[in-house]
Amino acid sequence: MSGRGNVQMITIAGLAIEIERRGAGRPLVLLASEEQLESAAPFVDELAKKFEVIMPSAPGFGTSDRPDWLTNPNDLSYIMLDVIDALGLKDVTLVGFALGGWIALEMAVKNTTSISKLVLVDAYGVKIGGAYDRDIMDVWTSHPSKVAAAKWANPENAKRDFSVMDDAQLTVVARNMESFARFCWSPYMHNPNLRHRLHRVNVPTLFIWGEKDAITPPAYGEAYSKLVPGAKFVKIANAGHYPHLEATDAFMSALNGFIN
Amino acid sequence: MRAWHFTEMPYPNLPPLEDLSTMRVSLANKHFDPKIGADLYNRYLDEYMIADDLGLDLLCNEHHQTATCIDVAAPLTAAILARQTSKGRICILGNPIANRGDPIRIAEEMAMIDCISRGRLDVGFVRGVPYEVFAANSNPTETVERLWEGIDLCVKAWGAVEEPFNFEGRFTHRRAVNLWPRPYQTPHPAIWMTGSSDLENIKKAAARGYVFATFLQPHTKVKWMFDGYRSAYHDMGLPGGGGTAYMPIVFTADTEEEAEKGARELTWYLNAKTEPQYRNPPGYVPVDFNVNALKGTFTGRTDAMRAKTMEFLKEEGVMVYGTPDSVAKQLKRLYDLVGGFDHLLMMQQAGWLDHTRTVKSMSLFAKEVYPQIKDLARTQPLNTKVAAE
Repeated sequence: MSGRGNVQMITIAGLAIEIERRGAGRPLVLLASEEQLESAAPFVDELAKKFEVIMPSAPGFGTSDRPDWLTNPNDLSYIMLDVIDALGLKDVTLVGFALGGWIALEMAVKNTTSISKLVLVDAYGVKIGGAYDRDIMDVWTSHPSKVAAAKWANPENAKRDFSVMDDAQLTVVARNMESFARFCWSPYMHNPNLRHRLHRVNVPTLFIWGEKDAITPPAYGEAYSKLVPGAKFVKIANAGHYPHLEATDAFMSALNGFIN
Repeated sequence: MRAWHFTEMPYPNLPPLEDLSTMRVSLANKHFDPKIGADLYNRYLDEYMIADDLGLDLLCNEHHQTATCIDVAAPLTAAILARQTSKGRICILGNPIANRGDPIRIAEEMAMIDCISRGRLDVGFVRGVPYEVFAANSNPTETVERLWEGIDLCVKAWGAVEEPFNFEGRFTHRRAVNLWPRPYQTPHPAIWMTGSSDLENIKKAAARGYVFATFLQPHTKVKWMFDGYRSAYHDMGLPGGGGTAYMPIVFTADTEEEAEKGARELTWYLNAKTEPQYRNPPGYVPVDFNVNALKGTFTGRTDAMRAKTMEFLKEEGVMVYGTPDSVAKQLKRLYDLVGGFDHLLMMQQAGWLDHTRTVKSMSLFAKEVYPQIKDLARTQPLNTKVAAE
C-alpha cells in the first residue's frame, strides 16, 4: 500500500492484516488487484472525497501475514469478512479489482449483512467455458511481453520503475507475485464452486470491464455478470485489465453513476 | 570415490536452435520423431549397460516436456537397468516427489526396483527445476514443503513393517499404508538429495544422513555447500553424513584437441534455450531472491554459465576434459578445492555427442582415469541408519 492514508495493522484470526484508510464518509472497502497498484492511483483520492476508503491487504499481500492454511481466495474471503466486522463497518460499498474482485464475490455469496453495493472490475473467479477452453489468459506460461500486451491497452503503461523502490517496497512487489501464485495457480484463477453460489448475491452489483482486456476478455466478464442476479455490465473503451488506471475518467463516471 | 555415468537422454534432432524460442515446456512435439526417439532410448540404455560392464555406477534422472531430456520416468529407466545390468549401483536423482504428488507410489516403485536389482538402488529425491512446475502443474510456492512431506512419508512407509498406518498431512492423505514389497535394503536404500543454494535444505539433508549432490557449479560454491553439509552433521553431534556428490561435464580423449572438441559438443546442454517465464515461476525462489531479481542482481545458474568460455568452466570445475592423466589431475584438484567428495557424477553424454565417441570417452575414463581417483578418501561413510531416525 502507498501509505498515503492512515496505515494500521489489525489482528484477524491470529493474523496481522494491513489496512490503509483514507478520507471520511460512508465506508467503501476497496479490495486491490494482485499487483496492488490501486493505492498509489489518483482515483482513490477522488473516492476519498466522498467516502472513507478502506483498503485491507489480503493475507500474503502488502505486509499482511500468509499462513499455510490459507490456500485459495475462498479462504481469503473469510478473513476479509472478518475485517469488515472487526472495523464495525455497515452499509459498505465493496469494490474489487481483478483478484480483489474474485475475493469480493466469494465474500458476497457468504454474507452481505454489512454490504450494500458490489462492484467488480475485470475480476477472476469462475470458469465459463469447457475443460479445453482457456477463459483467462495463462499469465504464467506466457512470455512477459505478451502478458503486458494483453493486460494494458497501451503496453507503455506496463512499465514500472523498480529502481526507485526501496527494499521494503520491492519485498511487497515480490510477495504479491508469490501470493498470487499461491492462491490462484490451480484451479487456475477460478473456484469451480463459485458459479453455483453466485445466485446468493443479493445486493446491487455492477461489473466494470476494460474493452481491451485480453487477460480476462470482455466476453468472459459479460458471461460472469449474467451469473449474478440483476447485475449490470459496463465496458470501458481504450482500457485493458485495469480500466481504473488506463481510462480513469470513464471508469469513475461508470462507478459514480452506480455508487452515489 | 565412486564414479557414475550419466546422460539426460537428450533429443538433439531439432530445427536450427536459432529458429526456436524454447527447448523446454512449449516446444511442439511434432519436432519429436518417434523412430529417432526409439533409436535414442535404446542407444542411451546400451551406453548405461556398457558403463556397467566398465565398472561404473549408473545415474539417471527425469524431466518433462523438454528436448533436453526425454527420460520422463526415471523409475522406468532404473527398472530396465535393474534387470539388464548386474554390477553397478543404480541411482535415480531424482524422484520429483513434489511434482508427482503420490509419495506412496514412489515408495512402492523404489522398493520393487530395489528388489529386482537385489539392493543396488540408491533413491534420490529432487524438488524439480523451475521449468518442471509447468508440466506437473504443481504450485511453485510450496514445492519445498511438498518435497519434505513426501520424503518423510516414503521413509516412514519403507520402515513400517509391523502394521499399516494412516497419514493425514498437508498435501497427502492416505489410509492403511502397507508396502508390498518393502525394499531389499533394510530399512531402505541410501537417500540422495540435490541443492544449489538453499543452505537450510542442505543442512536438513545432512542431519538425516542423506547424500547431498550438486551439479555444474563453480568450485567455490560447491565448497560452500559441502562445508555447510559437513558442518551440519558435526554441529549436531551425529555419527556421520551420507556423503557428497558433484556433477561436472566430463569428456576423456586420447588427445587434448579431441577432448576439447568432444567437450564443446557437450556444452549443448548448457546452451539449452528457455523462454524467460519458465525460468523463475513465482514463489519458486524465496522473496529476497526475487527482490534481487527486481534489482537485476540475481540471474539463473544456466544463464550465468552460458556466458562463460570453456576455459573458464574448466578452471571452475564445471567442465573436466582432456587426456586421461589430465582428467585425473583436474579431478584431484577439484577434490582438494571443495574439501573432498564421495561421488563423481559424470555427464558424459549430451547433445549430439554420438555413441562411438561417448563410449570411447567413458571407456578411457573407466580404464585410465578411475584407477587414479578411486582410492581418494571418502569424506564420510554412507550411513542409512541415521536417515531412518
